[in-house]
Amino acid sequence: MTKWVWKGLQTGIKTTAYPGSPETAAGVSPGRPGWKDPVERKKIMSLMDLCPTGALRPTEERISMDYRRCIHCFRCRRFPAEPLDWEPGYEWGEIVSNQGNLGKTFSNSLHIRIVDAGACGACLSEIGHITSPYYNIHRLGFFITPTPRTADVLLVAGPGTDHMRLPLEKVFEAMPAPKRVVAVGTCALTGGIFGKSFATRAGVGEIVPVDVEVPGCPPPPLAIIHALLVTAGRKKPPDAPSYPGTEREEGRS
Amino acid sequence: MALPLDKIMKWKNLAQTAASRWPGRVEVSLDENRLTAHLRCSPDDLQGVCGWLFFELDYSFATLVVEEETASWSFRYIFYGDLGSGQVHIIVRHPLSETTIPCISRLIHAADWQEREIEDLFGLHFEGHPRLGDFVLHEEWPEGVNPMRTSFDSTRVYPHRESEPAWGPQTIVEAAGAFMMPIGPVYSDHAESAHFLLETLGEDVLRTIPRFFYKYRGLEKIAEGKSVDQVLLLAERFSGTSAFAHSLAFCQAVEGTIGAEIPKRAQALRVFLAELERLRHHVAAITGICQSTALAVATSQASILEEKILRLTCRYLGHRYLFGLNIPGGLSLDLTDDTCKGISEAGWDVLEKLKKLQGMLRFTSSFLDRLEEVGMVSKDKAVSYGLVGPVARASGVLRDLRVVQPYAYYGDHLKFYVPHEEEGDGYARLRVLFSEAEQSINLMHQVSASLPAGPVKTRLDPAPGSCLGWVESPGGATFHWVRLGEAGRVLRYRVMTSSFVNWHGFHLAAEDFAFQDFPIIMATFALSNAECDR
Repeated sequence: MTKWVWKGLQTGIKTTAYPGSPETAAGVSPGRPGWKDPVERKKIMSLMDLCPTGALRPTEERISMDYRRCIHCFRCRRFPAEPLDWEPGYEWGEIVSNQGNLGKTFSNSLHIRIVDAGACGACLSEIGHITSPYYNIHRLGFFITPTPRTADVLLVAGPGTDHMRLPLEKVFEAMPAPKRVVAVGTCALTGGIFGKSFATRAGVGEIVPVDVEVPGCPPPPLAIIHALLVTAGRKKPPDAPSYPGTEREEGRS
Repeated sequence: MALPLDKIMKWKNLAQTAASRWPGRVEVSLDENRLTAHLRCSPDDLQGVCGWLFFELDYSFATLVVEEETASWSFRYIFYGDLGSGQVHIIVRHPLSETTIPCISRLIHAADWQEREIEDLFGLHFEGHPRLGDFVLHEEWPEGVNPMRTSFDSTRVYPHRESEPAWGPQTIVEAAGAFMMPIGPVYSDHAESAHFLLETLGEDVLRTIPRFFYKYRGLEKIAEGKSVDQVLLLAERFSGTSAFAHSLAFCQAVEGTIGAEIPKRAQALRVFLAELERLRHHVAAITGICQSTALAVATSQASILEEKILRLTCRYLGHRYLFGLNIPGGLSLDLTDDTCKGISEAGWDVLEKLKKLQGMLRFTSSFLDRLEEVGMVSKDKAVSYGLVGPVARASGVLRDLRVVQPYAYYGDHLKFYVPHEEEGDGYARLRVLFSEAEQSINLMHQVSASLPAGPVKTRLDPAPGSCLGWVESPGGATFHWVRLGEAGRVLRYRVMTSSFVNWHGFHLAAEDFAFQDFPIIMATFALSNAECDR
């Protein structure tokens, strides 16, 4: 077995320096549509027609994004002659409930329970990567726990399928308070393209109360880590609100 | 493409052979362009014709497409054969009032789950099928609710009935000390939701009874009435880890309905990207296998490679999982020749590291002990269950759609080898994954070295019609059947995936092995529940 030890030592440290310093390697995040400078109304409307989920909305003379609906189809970027700006980055986690973060007691250690409520596999794959050498959440004091009884955070992906309703409710109930629910990916936030139907809900928020949202289809591992840091109160949510509307503003901490 | 003469003659003679066997009862029409034969027969002859194709002519069962038409049910049994044997569609029509049809799964076990699925979702009865009832829809759905019927309103949430408190799964094993061990649907890590009932007498798993469709999102139903552009998003996103393969199958089906000519460059790039996805899928599967045996350093090594491929994909193609690339008519993005070369160069680097990893695993006895002669699937069983992809090839069943039904840019000018093993155990499956990853890098290199020039998309206006699209997805043969109506609306969308087929045969491997082998056997199958449940 010594050859494996040697191999591990030879490989060296691969882990990102985030959140100590930003991760700048190419390909860690697909980015997302950015704010467009004021443009003509006609152009705004033509861009909006391209958006299949209504993530692009016109406000006054510019376009606003509802990232909770964006599914990374790249239609606003690749189809028009004048594409929408694209913003790099991955700090996408946002607090959406009045409960705020978990507070000081939990800032150095979180135990996370993962439930798949109908995810396509991409979100789950990205969640899997947060424990891989490149991202390694253990260094942050975050651990994936096999039982809801010791979990502080419930990480849910998928639109909330009908058949997963009961298991999801049971997991949430089994967790001790204080607890927070982190919804990962566009499907978990709004139902994504599966939307509300006989088989799925419009997001897991219809089944359990969501506290932190991570938009993206799928959100890259760093975005999920950012959301966990936000939940633990170690990072601030992004400054610019990702979508217009005031009803959610109260809960922002 | 040079087709074997004997096979093609056999295909052309289908009409005569069928006429001599069932005089005046089986109507055959041949579509030479698509190499597809359409056989129309009555329900009485269905079993005979299916058995003839499967056992005598060596065709594989692909899928059963049921369509509710204005006055009748249409049952379309799709079979495919070796190179030159083309496809055969058996079409049976039945008046709408008649909801019973003979089952073919008594003969062809591969159709078992598909008939169960259709019984549950359409409310049709397959006469002679031994095990019908709750399958896709669990017990809290009232009987008589059939979501795939056209009259069903898919937009509203359906009220449930209270499940009976006394309800419990049926047990098969009856012996002193026998018990049933439930696993899932929520696991201790990031595994997908699925439930297994393992019947046991202590150590060995005697019966594995899967309970799936926790992730059923009604894909086929919610696609109905949507535009091609919208359904493309569904095809791409119902199984994110093989998104490119599924969007490709859907695009090929749409392109097939109008017989559109796709630019050569787009076809070549599609092959390039499909192989890149296969490489990532297989590396992820290898990571999973190392993880299931708790070999920490090997898991890290494999997952470093996986993340490298993800970053490479994102850097050049915008998205880590190849979303948003396929569009009906080509690709949404052109790659420069240099980009392709860059990606395939990086592929060689991945290959070198994979080979080193394989070399180390080969001499790690604690690892091999968990895989060798564990989770065996015999060749006979693999054929009878119609298993596909790396799982089937590890049991010696070679039927790769890239070879037997070439599509896109696959064909004589791309040289590759379809890896296969005979043992059918976990280690054979691992070896197939390693060799296929190597072949994928080899194919990417060949394509990037001979990339045709020209545009990557053509304008395409969907017209009414229907067509089958197929790809060899990373997990195996995948079929998308699309019927388009006026204004490019999808009327019927049928998706048959490799995971659905291979989960059906999973119990073969898991039974008669110990509990602690179960997660390892599962990892060597490398299946997706999102792809199975749809």
